[in-house]
Amino acid sequence: MPDRTTSPPRIPEISLWRRAKDHAASAFAALTVVLVLTPLVAIFAYLVVKGIGSINLAFLTQTPKPPGEIGGGMANAIAGSVLILGIASLVGVPLGIGSGIYLAEYGRNRFGNTIRFVADVLNGVPSIVIGIVAYAMVVLRQKHFSALAGGVALAIMMVPTITRTTEEMLLLVPTQLREAAYGLGVPRWRTTLSIVLRTATSGVITGVMLAFARVAGETAPLLFTAFGNQFWNWKVDQPTAALPLQIFTYAISPYDDWHRQSWAGALVLIILIVGAVAAVRIAVRRNTLGGVA
Amino acid sequence: MTGPQPVAGTGVKSSSTARVSPLLHAGDGALRDRLFSWLILGCALAVLAILVLIVYELLIRSQLSWHAFGWKFFVAHDWDPVNNQFGAMPFIYGTLVSSLLALILAVPLAVGVSVFTTEMCPKSLRGPLSFTTELLAAIPSVIYGLWAIFVLVPILRVYVQPFLAKTLGWTGLFEGPPYGIGMLAAGIILAIMIVPIISSITREVLAVVPQQQREAVLALGATRWEMIRMGVLRNARAGIVGAVILGLGRALGETMAVTMVIGNRPEVAKSLFAPGYTMASVLANEFSEATGDLYLSALIEIGLALFIVTILVNALARFMVWSVTRGMPTKSHA
Repeated sequence: MPDRTTSPPRIPEISLWRRAKDHAASAFAALTVVLVLTPLVAIFAYLVVKGIGSINLAFLTQTPKPPGEIGGGMANAIAGSVLILGIASLVGVPLGIGSGIYLAEYGRNRFGNTIRFVADVLNGVPSIVIGIVAYAMVVLRQKHFSALAGGVALAIMMVPTITRTTEEMLLLVPTQLREAAYGLGVPRWRTTLSIVLRTATSGVITGVMLAFARVAGETAPLLFTAFGNQFWNWKVDQPTAALPLQIFTYAISPYDDWHRQSWAGALVLIILIVGAVAAVRIAVRRNTLGGVA
Repeated sequence: MTGPQPVAGTGVKSSSTARVSPLLHAGDGALRDRLFSWLILGCALAVLAILVLIVYELLIRSQLSWHAFGWKFFVAHDWDPVNNQFGAMPFIYGTLVSSLLALILAVPLAVGVSVFTTEMCPKSLRGPLSFTTELLAAIPSVIYGLWAIFVLVPILRVYVQPFLAKTLGWTGLFEGPPYGIGMLAAGIILAIMIVPIISSITREVLAVVPQQQREAVLALGATRWEMIRMGVLRNARAGIVGAVILGLGRALGETMAVTMVIGNRPEVAKSLFAPGYTMASVLANEFSEATGDLYLSALIEIGLALFIVTILVNALARFMVWSVTRGMPTKSHA
């Protein structure tokens, strides 16, 4: 209530007790804001302060040293994360966009509702459970941990988010655009891909990036799928290091130098996530401006 | 039924395919249309298949443990991989206690923040405030854990726990040596992590309370707090409860941050200072080292239980949020 932000006029009917309660409630609400923002500020401050001091060339270019030795870095973990996230995106993004298109363009029926419900259910499944399933599906069949298993686990986590945001974004495209295309004799598949999806591109990409940012920091489903690796690995069917895994291992280790690297890793992880999201958004904006709009 | 259809041609087969005007690519378009709709249907079916696969794998691979222990698995206290004795009680207890503790801490904060952003603060602050709280949700779990180990736990050990032991030690909830690490640390870090979820949905729910409700209560001479209590919160009750349950669902399945600070000891202790263990963190710690089929099967059964509980909790929450935002009368759920 804009007119209520100034202190209420002194009307005799409002007793002191009620006014006191009103002020107490406002004070409490303001206090909760402070309490919620404190950890946020504290986490970012620690990340930046502890992280910046620990990032150096060795950290970004070397593989880990044996336990207890000073030095080394997380280069292989950064590369491993890129590999795993690449696999996850390759599998998860087309699947998610495809099922999103289905829901928006063909899914106004009972089957569509079922898929919608299933996607919401999948969204709530704990990531560690997804890890178990990827382990059972991939690791047990291959007989060893692999980047592929990690990628599959993360892909499963990406699909429901992308599905629902794609659907939402496609539904925002005006029906008239579809009708205009049909009126020109454009077939339905072409209308869907070149008119509807094209128009909604930036929204769909935003959904994809949200999903990407969410899984990029996931650790739990990688514990027994990608497993981690002290050395370089570019093979899809071999155990692979990942940045979040390395942060976890180093954080619970007893070595000060590993703790330091853990902070550095956390800062790099945040920068990678934010950077990837920002880069894609800028690229998309440029494309859609030159293309459709 | 499925939106507009191409104008030309007759529908070949229900709604999913349609023939294109013979003026353009005669015949060819219909085939491609059908292929495209199958491809898209395949994607949708894959989503369904993922869920079926999750259920199937969890059920099949937990059979061994289920046959060995039956329902006793969920009430037995001993977790002894060496002697093949598995009982999930300490983990269930740890999950419940840490999540409830998180809720107790997070709910007043989250509701307070959403009330502040929707009802009290100047409009110009609204956007930045929601954005910053949402930012909390974007931080990976492992970074919360890292921060908790090196910042939160020392603070707890040095300042908070001695204070609690001195003032509230008589309750029995705050006794024993102040390790810092333990159930209390897990509950606090969980609370920090679920505040953004609860507050963003509560904000959504508060936003759909009709403006007239607020104006009516104010016109009766209510103070702002009375307006919020009677006009806003009461109307949004079911939705807020839904938001809280959704937060609970997230807390139950949260793994990394909890694993890093809860202490990982499979014991049922009354004191919140004592180390504990949760269902998610026992999976995180022991799964890749589980030797023996029964051990692995027991762990997967814990995963199955976690899966079922979170699904039920999430379904309930979504139903409650939906009941408010779709404008259903809140009274029927009171």
